[in-house]
Amino acid sequence: MRIKIEPRLIVPKWMSFLGLIAAILAALFFGGFLLSYGGLNPLVAYRQMFTDAFLRSYSPSDTLVKATPLLLAGLGVTVAFRMKLWNIGAEGQLLIGAWAASGVALFVMPPETPRPIMLLAMGVAGFLGGALWGLIPGILKAKLQVNEIISSLMLTYVAILFNNFFIYGPWSAGGFGLTRSFPRTGWFPRLLDFVDFVPAFRGMTAHIGFLIGLVAAVILAVLFRRSKWGYELKLIGDNPRAAEYAGVNLARHIMLAMFISGGLAGLAGMSEVAGVVHRLQENFSPGYGFTAIIVAWLARLNPLAVVLVAYLFGGLLVGGDSIQPAGIPLMIQGIIMFCVISADLLTRYRIRLVRPKSQELEALDTEVTAG
Amino acid sequence: MTQLDTNQPYALVMRGIVKRFPGVLANDHVDLALYPGEVHALLGENGAGKSTLMNILSGLYRPDAGQIIINGEPVTFNSPRDAIRRGIGMVHQHFMLVPTLTVAENLILGQDDIGFILDYTALEAKVAELSQKFGLAVDPHAKIWQLSVGEQQRVEILKMLYHGAKILIMDEPTAVLTPQEVEELFKTLREMAAVGHTIIFISHKLDEVLEIADRVTVLRRGKVTAVVDTAHTTKAELARLMVGREVLFRVEKKPANPGNPILEIQNLNAKNDRGLPALRNLSLTVRSGEIVGVAGVAGNGQVELAEVITGLRPAESGKILVHGQDITNKPATAAIDRGVAHIPADRTGVGSAPNLYLDENLIMKSYRHPPISKGWAINLSEAFRQAVQLIKRFDVKTPDVKTPARLLSGGNLQKLILARELSREPEAIIAVYPSRGLDAGATEAVHRRLIDERDRGSAILLISEDLDELLSLADRIVVLYEGQIIGEVPPKDELVDEIGLMMAGTKIQAGD
Ligand SMILES: Nc1ncnc2c1ncn2[C@@H]1O[C@H](COP(=O)(O)OP(=O)(O)OP(=O)(O)O)[C@@H](O)[C@H]1O
Ligand SMILES: [Mg+2]
Repeated sequence: MRIKIEPRLIVPKWMSFLGLIAAILAALFFGGFLLSYGGLNPLVAYRQMFTDAFLRSYSPSDTLVKATPLLLAGLGVTVAFRMKLWNIGAEGQLLIGAWAASGVALFVMPPETPRPIMLLAMGVAGFLGGALWGLIPGILKAKLQVNEIISSLMLTYVAILFNNFFIYGPWSAGGFGLTRSFPRTGWFPRLLDFVDFVPAFRGMTAHIGFLIGLVAAVILAVLFRRSKWGYELKLIGDNPRAAEYAGVNLARHIMLAMFISGGLAGLAGMSEVAGVVHRLQENFSPGYGFTAIIVAWLARLNPLAVVLVAYLFGGLLVGGDSIQPAGIPLMIQGIIMFCVISADLLTRYRIRLVRPKSQELEALDTEVTAG
Repeated sequence: MTQLDTNQPYALVMRGIVKRFPGVLANDHVDLALYPGEVHALLGENGAGKSTLMNILSGLYRPDAGQIIINGEPVTFNSPRDAIRRGIGMVHQHFMLVPTLTVAENLILGQDDIGFILDYTALEAKVAELSQKFGLAVDPHAKIWQLSVGEQQRVEILKMLYHGAKILIMDEPTAVLTPQEVEELFKTLREMAAVGHTIIFISHKLDEVLEIADRVTVLRRGKVTAVVDTAHTTKAELARLMVGREVLFRVEKKPANPGNPILEIQNLNAKNDRGLPALRNLSLTVRSGEIVGVAGVAGNGQVELAEVITGLRPAESGKILVHGQDITNKPATAAIDRGVAHIPADRTGVGSAPNLYLDENLIMKSYRHPPISKGWAINLSEAFRQAVQLIKRFDVKTPDVKTPARLLSGGNLQKLILARELSREPEAIIAVYPSRGLDAGATEAVHRRLIDERDRGSAILLISEDLDELLSLADRIVVLYEGQIIGEVPPKDELVDEIGLMMAGTKIQAGD
């Protein structure tokens, strides 16, 4: 008996969809082993996770909070991945976006600035911070053919240390790893701010960031489908030499895509500090920028699907908070990614077991199939 | 349908092969029978199903129905490996070598039983023996990317022989070769046939088929329409069997009526991919209403010339003017926007995006301007409408506009590129091997289109290795040798020998 792997010529759409579902189920299955190893009954734990993530009255709001950075950063990753530009440094771009927005809120704008202007300034700073951080690997790739996978990842570690320098150093509040809190005008409106009008919003922390992400997703969906830029991204992604032949300036597009990709990740960081933590602090992101890669990939680089997948992953994070040990949701995420990539491979290739047959048997076999 | 005589000692029989793709019946009960030691040609229009049939034989596709019998024994293939194990090897229309590996490393790729440690000396000995036996000289240590197209093809053949192929399929092997390389290939094929190998040879060049093949099977729309001995047939008959009507091998044209210079190239110098000089001090003018043919053995700067003109390769020095405007080292859009069409030599690598639909491929040059562009957006319905028209006008055979370009047959992909480039009423056309891979009927149609464009006033630079094509289309011919134009000749049939000599580097004052 031997195992053979051969490529499939045509992969039907339903098959890749089924593959995804199977991957998620498989991930939950393997995750179950982890849970029971951690001393939990997997079924009970999953039910607990699911309930917390989706069924309680607070669930939609809590899940939206976690989904927001995933959505924005996931859209950023989508832009770059569409042209096969592997920006895996969204985490770093998110951190720099958060840093820039914090700097503007704390040190540039006076605290009494009207809220819309304050938030707009923070948003612009967050976008630009992430965009410029993304532009670095973009320029390196466009001008010097430096591999963006490595440079964007490395810059993430630079970004972590960069932020730490500020929050432990010049921006530190009393030597702790955090800054002082933003003035109220630098806070995103949250549902609980409207509790006077809608009493049910009591305690709900979902903020306007998700709406921003939703708008961004719709804009990207339209651009990808209808715009010249979307067409150019697709062309470059499929055959860069044909794109050049069609007159597309590759270097400019690489830089632009990295700029926008980083900018959206930076906006995710800004939305996180303005909407959730209200200050810059160490480890405020549990790796949103990395999870965003999984989100974008699972959504098959379709911006509207990113919204849905981000919401589901938000649920996974919320549900994960309710079970101990805390590392488990992260591990399940890892397993999901692993299973998704395997499913991708399995739908593109076919694995068969072949028995060494005698000649006669094989000939018989032929007669039957040719019949 | 011909009844197969199963008592014959055939090396290979394919019987009743059916292969359906969504919207196309690519093979419709095809029968094919080959004797040992025979060179058998497969002829047919673009999209007739030749490559599909061979992909079935080489284990890449599974037939929907039908049987394959090798030396009297029925077989089923589930993968190319199964076919290789049964002694069937295919050299594809587009090569499948790994550019960064050496010749020897490419040979052992895909082998089951190489073991953990490679025995290089044994491998090289075997390679040397095979090269010697069949006249396939290559350096086993050379990296693939360093080799010319002809040498790469030799590696493909060696690879098949190394894996023990007794039946060798060659899908349009000569389309990319120079005449000298074709001669060498034919010598190799004859030697292989002489020792009992069976060769299936696909080509659209009827002269070649008559020269090398013993018998011919003709396919039309997926069906076998004839099996003939080359000893008892003619070029015209083969063309008629293929296309179903008489084909003109030389299109009629009026004398040229050249107008103003449109494309002016002055003292151009450029380098090739390896950084060596590819064009040296080249000057050339193409006027409105004339076709200037560029003759030359491949690799003498043809592709580089086309690329520099169209802005895809930097010029080291010199000037390129279109309508008197300098476009030297401007972005590719400078040439595109001034109406310079470019039919590139490499239709899959450069000329098309394989996974994009046909309409998306067709707007590659026109999406920046109305009516395809609508402000920031692309007018998708207009693109679709135009695509439907172009596919009809240029006779691209496809089930649907929303088909990815990679699923088109080789010749139909070329027609798609021609449709895109010629439909924009270009001021100048840089045509590199425009009829490569086209069947006789489609070649005739393209030639007629180029002449129509000329008569409309377009300035055409026709780069070709096919002297017949140059002689029948060009109004004057320049010969390119090592990046220089070493002479100009009028397109007269009696000057073929002079042109041949000049292509080999001899400077002579021909004609006049
Ligand atoms: N994988 C595929 N999926 C769908 N359609 C296909 C596929 N491969 C080939 N076809 C279609 O089948 C038909 C036959 O194609 P094939 O490549 O066999 O033609 P061919 O005779 O080799 O033509 P050419 O001379 O142009 O190379 C064409 O209409 C082509 O579009
Ligand atoms: Mg073909």
